Amino acid sequence: MKYLITDNTSGAVRLEDIPELSYEAFYDDLAARLSEPRYHVAHYFAVPSGDRMRFYCLLLDDAEGRILVTSHAMEYYDATALPSLTARHAQMHPFERDITERYGIRFDGQPWPKPLRFPADRYDRRSSMDNYPFYTMEGRSLHEVNVGPIHAGIIEPGAFRFICNGEQVLHLEIALGYQHRGVERAFEETSNRLRQACLAEAVAGDSAVAHALAFAEAIERLTGCQRPAQLDRERAVALELERMAMQIADTGALSTDVGYQLGQVACEALRTMTINTTQAWCGNRFGKGLVRPHGSNHPLTAEKSAMIRRNVGEIARRYEEVRHDICSSPSLLARFEQCGVVPRDEMLRIGGVGQAARASGVARDIRTTHPSGSYAKCLRHETIVEQQGDVMARLVVRCREVLQSARHIDRLLAIYEEKYAATENPCGVPDYTAPLQPSTLSFGLVEGWRGETCHVALTDAAGRLATYRIKDPSLHNWLALALAVRGEGISDFPICNKSFNLSYCGHDL
Amino acid sequence: MALLNTLLLLLAALCIPGLINRTRARLAGRKGIRFVQHLYDVRLLLRKDAVYSTTTTALFRAVPSVYLGAALVAALLIPVGNLRPLISFDGDLVAFAYLLALGRTALILAAMDTGSSFEGMGASREALYGMLVEPALLLTLGTLALLTGYTSFAEIFSGEAPRGAEFFIVLLFATYILVKIVFTESGRVPVDDPRTHLELTMIHEVMCLDYCGVDLAYIKMAGWVKSAALSMLAADAAAALFGLHWWIAAPLSVVLTGVSVGVVESTQARNKLSRNTTFILTIAALAALLFFTAYLLQLNIAIQ
Repeated sequence: MKYLITDNTSGAVRLEDIPELSYEAFYDDLAARLSEPRYHVAHYFAVPSGDRMRFYCLLLDDAEGRILVTSHAMEYYDATALPSLTARHAQMHPFERDITERYGIRFDGQPWPKPLRFPADRYDRRSSMDNYPFYTMEGRSLHEVNVGPIHAGIIEPGAFRFICNGEQVLHLEIALGYQHRGVERAFEETSNRLRQACLAEAVAGDSAVAHALAFAEAIERLTGCQRPAQLDRERAVALELERMAMQIADTGALSTDVGYQLGQVACEALRTMTINTTQAWCGNRFGKGLVRPHGSNHPLTAEKSAMIRRNVGEIARRYEEVRHDICSSPSLLARFEQCGVVPRDEMLRIGGVGQAARASGVARDIRTTHPSGSYAKCLRHETIVEQQGDVMARLVVRCREVLQSARHIDRLLAIYEEKYAATENPCGVPDYTAPLQPSTLSFGLVEGWRGETCHVALTDAAGRLATYRIKDPSLHNWLALALAVRGEGISDFPICNKSFNLSYCGHDL
Repeated sequence: MALLNTLLLLLAALCIPGLINRTRARLAGRKGIRFVQHLYDVRLLLRKDAVYSTTTTALFRAVPSVYLGAALVAALLIPVGNLRPLISFDGDLVAFAYLLALGRTALILAAMDTGSSFEGMGASREALYGMLVEPALLLTLGTLALLTGYTSFAEIFSGEAPRGAEFFIVLLFATYILVKIVFTESGRVPVDDPRTHLELTMIHEVMCLDYCGVDLAYIKMAGWVKSAALSMLAADAAAALFGLHWWIAAPLSVVLTGVSVGVVESTQARNKLSRNTTFILTIAALAALLFFTAYLLQLNIAIQ
């Protein structure tokens, strides 16, 4: 047994049940599996415990909906370098870089040995943003353009270093890690579960529901309690509302960047309508406070459900008109088509996830491959895939997902109105005190609007949350952006960037 | 009369940005900012001191004045309908084209002076597009000169334009080309986007990134004057179709630019940067076509 096999509907796994391989066996097996497109790594991280360092790996099998958990270990002070998996499978790069940065573990033959996010407790304190080893090229006709880390507009910090030949971009390097937030550490330092839930919502402000949901699922696995089905449905409604709001906002942002005013104002209005619907439901436009472990403080009522259905129907109808305008406007198509192409095999190689991967023909969608909650029961979710991998494909995926989400919400609320409209809070109330199983690994795997969001929680022998690890989909997809702009004009970088709309804070945990 | 001419031109320069904003707002279903908001903005800038980067030289400080001065002098050459401009001499249409080029060159040098990679990119783009739009402007002005036999704006638009269906078409065509040149020269969609905050996509705006306060106000005003002068030229060509009166040409210049820019900016995306070259070359090709058409018409008249 090289792997412990579980899935997204099963409970937590005890640490002692997770097989511990030798690094050679781990390396050989993972390298072989990752050559198949059906596998990708959801998380790979190291945890020091006493005088040992144990490395856990969660591997997702898209074809059969399995989650394969395995581990390998070494002595804490063992300084031997491990052969790098990144050298064979580029998708491992953020994980290996993170392990190196945190614990000083060396990977032999790592082709991109650079710091990832400069956490405050990093192993090598001499490594800082000031001496980040940017890639350079020599040539009389080349020039470098540095954008950021401070940007025009109200966005987060990140440095983009372009190497250009005239207007053409030859290489883009994205250096993140300006925020040093210590989010994972903050989870481990408090035992107040309400505070942890609020932290989860703050991991990435635009994916508050997705992260809160991943946290809630991880905790519920650890307590071992069953959720009422209605709670799952309400969470799915919240998640799909967030998806709609963000996909509409990004449609508007793409219109802004090409100077198409009508699309911009229409989408801004629709996005406001969507987030105001969330606000009317739970009091916060981004759905903060809506998802809590074991229950809900804002259960649906018949009036709220009717209001959400009405608004979502109206938004979907009006958005469809905007979509039609955008897809039939030659000046917009000329900007979006054949721009920022990421071919399917490159997307697979770097382990892209979420809607960016789906736009490149990689059908990765947790809702289909590893369904949990309502997605496993009352919804039949079909993954939306486009093949071209350009800005237009990413826009089309967004457009189609908005309409699909609207249908899902309608279906979930219809079930609610049929069955529960008369029941007082069928979801139950949140529980922040339920004891956690000791020495257990648990995960939350959610398809947020940006893609696969994975939280992993490890408890110690006393049942306290000892280690908390978060993976935002941006971690993989930033590299896709760097690849997308290769060969493009530098002036097309902003629309490529917007078409991915990746999270800085989700990366700089 | 020359004073009225100057006054009308300046008035047009002040009104055009307001009308553009108003048109865009209305098309977006918004009420829009006040019509004179841009004047308040510039007044604010005029009250502020400029701050200079330590890498810049005296050249950088001199350029806003040169840019504004060149635009103003160029504008003084343009008649409003049948009014006489303040300055007029034989060959002033060539002077006009190169006064604009002088301003552009000054701004390009200032952008290079800052040593910023953004501004360098902007300067290279502006130089390329400026170079491409110059033949379009000169050929169109040349056509007007060819039709009337004069090389001064004041004489060309003195009301003695030849009449007839073929000249009607030539003048209409010239108006169209001049309006397109207005779009290019004043950095509007589809060539440039004055509202964007994305430095990598900017052309004109990125060259002014290091300017602030009074200097920025000068550059903004120069932009208004420049687009007003070109719009007035387009309006004159259009007005020549049905009687060259100043009370037709002056409002026409404001409406022509204000509405067309507003509509295009609302309903169309801007070009991919590499397609701008094609866009501007097409204007130049149209101008060349216009010139040869006018030349052939001229020959025909001589034979008769």
